[in-house]
Amino acid sequence: MEAWIDIIILFFMAVTVFAIARLRNLLAVVMLGGIYSLLAASIFVVMDAVDVAFTEASVGAGISTILFIGTLALTTRIEKKPAHTPLLPLIVVCITGAVLIFGTLDAAVYGDPQSPAMQDVAPYYLENTKKHTGIPNVVTAVLASYRGYDTLGEVTVIFTAGIGVILLLGSWRRGISASTRRKEEEE
Amino acid sequence: MDSWEFILGYYNYWIAVFLAMAGMYIVIARGNLIKKLVGLNVFQSSVFILYISFGKVEGGTAPILTAGVDTYSNPLPHVLILTAIVVGVATTALGLALVVRIRDEYDTIEEDDIHSQDESM
Amino acid sequence: MKEYLVLRVITKLLLPFILLFGLYVQFHGDFGPGGGFQAGVIFAAGFILYAMVYGVKAARKVLPIGILRGGIAGGLLLYALVGVANLMLGENYLNYTPLAESMKEGQHLGIFLVELGVGITVASVMMTVFFTFATWRED
Repeated sequence: MEAWIDIIILFFMAVTVFAIARLRNLLAVVMLGGIYSLLAASIFVVMDAVDVAFTEASVGAGISTILFIGTLALTTRIEKKPAHTPLLPLIVVCITGAVLIFGTLDAAVYGDPQSPAMQDVAPYYLENTKKHTGIPNVVTAVLASYRGYDTLGEVTVIFTAGIGVILLLGSWRRGISASTRRKEEEE
Repeated sequence: MDSWEFILGYYNYWIAVFLAMAGMYIVIARGNLIKKLVGLNVFQSSVFILYISFGKVEGGTAPILTAGVDTYSNPLPHVLILTAIVVGVATTALGLALVVRIRDEYDTIEEDDIHSQDESM
Repeated sequence: MKEYLVLRVITKLLLPFILLFGLYVQFHGDFGPGGGFQAGVIFAAGFILYAMVYGVKAARKVLPIGILRGGIAGGLLLYALVGVANLMLGENYLNYTPLAESMKEGQHLGIFLVELGVGITVASVMMTVFFTFATWRED
């Protein structure tokens, strides 16, 4: 049963991406992007990653769709017809995809309890989290305690991105943006 | 029945590869900057799916310790991807801000038009 | 959006529950799914909904720009300072054990503070990004 849910949701994702690649109406593309994120969140639940699913549903399907729509409101809604034939990109993509699929054949089978990923630190975290931190959610414990440095770095990246957006579009730029400059020149 | 198990064992990875390649195709074949960012997001999610697939354990449950459960999925990929998603949306916001500024300067968000304007300058 | 009465009323009804849910996710992240990242985004989504229905100006009255900017830096600072506090108490950076009497309590307190820092930064960054996008054309 679980396998069927997995197969169907992933198939839907493939179809959604196909539609995203074909469509030229950017609003439709962005909305399909939101659906894609929601499907990704459901597939994460199927694969037991509830924390990740939670994040993907709130971030991918919520905030990032809003930001895309906000950008559409500030720019344009329709993509121009592509001027080049997509032949070269298609060839590049097919070759890369073939190499990657060849690579996956060496990977551990999906759901294998003996896979290399389950050998080293993962059992350590699962065994010792209760002893060390006393909290049941292993993901939170690893995120904030065992790998605290990592998360500090990630928060710094978010901080930097926020500062970058303020620098690019913040209210302090008022009067030096090109559109207002053009308007003033016209006057 | 063997081939069915073979397909089930690798199906997730193959779909992840397909999604990644579709995302890459959108990034390199389409000229619209917003479309490119959507493509990047698609690529990003495909990597997330690949990672979480590696962490799945047959018959396991979510890694929240409960009495009476022995098998849990691998929590480590979950941690990595959890932070990557939020960082991803922060960087996407930065990219969208750049798109808005480019539109402000060039009055277009099509790559070809931007190039031709640059050359004519 | 003056004319959409239903949206305005429903937003007012839903807003406290969204914010409460954000706080729940923030502080219950140790025991169930959730944590600073998700809580920050949910909290921000509540205010973004308010800003979309009532206008950015009204939202800015609730959350002045100074508080948001302070939150962006403050969350990260809180995170880093928890690490410094551990250094002062004679342990490694971001090893929370000395924060309380026993190891478990120390770790628990450390994780709580760090997740709070993450939540504050993520929420402030998301709201700031939305507000900057929404006010870009108004000048």
